[in-house]
Amino acid sequence: MADEERQERERRRRMRSIAIALALAGLVVLFYVATLVRLGGNVFNRPL
Amino acid sequence: MTDLGLHSGGLRCAHGVGGSIADYIALMKPRVMSLVVFTALVGIALAPIPLHPVLAVIALICIAVGAGASGALNMWYDADIDARMQRTASRPIPRGYVAPEEALTFGTILAIGSVATLGLVINWVAAGLLAFTIGFYVLVYTMWLKRRTPQNIVIGGAAGAFPPMIGWAAATGSVSLESITLFLIIFMWTPPHFWALALYRTRDYARAGVPMLPVVAGQDETRKQIVIYAALLLPVGLAPTMVGLAGGLYALVAMALGAIFLALALAIYRTREGRVADHAARRLFAFSILYLFALFATLLVEGSIGRLLD
Repeated sequence: MADEERQERERRRRMRSIAIALALAGLVVLFYVATLVRLGGNVFNRPL
Repeated sequence: MTDLGLHSGGLRCAHGVGGSIADYIALMKPRVMSLVVFTALVGIALAPIPLHPVLAVIALICIAVGAGASGALNMWYDADIDARMQRTASRPIPRGYVAPEEALTFGTILAIGSVATLGLVINWVAAGLLAFTIGFYVLVYTMWLKRRTPQNIVIGGAAGAFPPMIGWAAATGSVSLESITLFLIIFMWTPPHFWALALYRTRDYARAGVPMLPVVAGQDETRKQIVIYAALLLPVGLAPTMVGLAGGLYALVAMALGAIFLALALAIYRTREGRVADHAARRLFAFSILYLFALFATLLVEGSIGRLLD
């Protein structure tokens, strides 16, 4: 029983960690996309 | 994790494995969130300044997460009440799946994150309104009014009425009379919606010590107040047409839905005993949800058609 509980606890902790990682990755994508939208055509307007 | 004392005492965590993803989603009150997102979407769609679709989606995500933060903080503070009420006893904290301090941390991070993101990506007027809404729901409604006065839902209901104003502010960067009419509809709708629920959950609220109107003033007074608010909701529902935000189609729908709302409120007023009375209250509660969705859906459809024809 204790072993089952430990496994379940670890599984849930792993799922929570994955969810946090996905949320952080989502936030990165969100700010990236928002920056592109905000800059619009100016994204390409830089000296080469 | 296994030994959780709530701030109000009494509840212990019987579950030693911690919360699942579903428990954390439940903390965010997803059903309330859906109404918040929908009304905020209408606020964005009706605004005279169009918001880029990508930015509109980001704004809606921020507003949804902000609403979720409010839900989590509410469940953290009200865990003792929730445990005593049949309707809420299965929430993650009373069941011992999520520790109160985890809910507090979760809610706080979501609140700060949603407001900061909305401010940085969209504008600080919308972010300020979102912060005010979260603060109002948690501090004014949950912590101050809910356990103290039968007017809890009247004043506290303002928190649920802000999302269309936040959506409007996300697009325009300001607050205007038009967006205030959207606020007023939800503000006037909230008391009869919750009092209808409280009529058939009176014992539940009494057991939890929440001074809802039927508990404090009695069922007859609650019925009278429901009729008064339903009667006031009818002209308030027409306010978007009066300020030029909506047209004839909306006015017709608002009048028809408002009349049905009032008729169901009068049915509650007339039938006071037994299962028939209980049934009348349940019917108004169910219809009130449909009323708000239908009213805002009409605004959205009419506004979208108007945009296409322009």
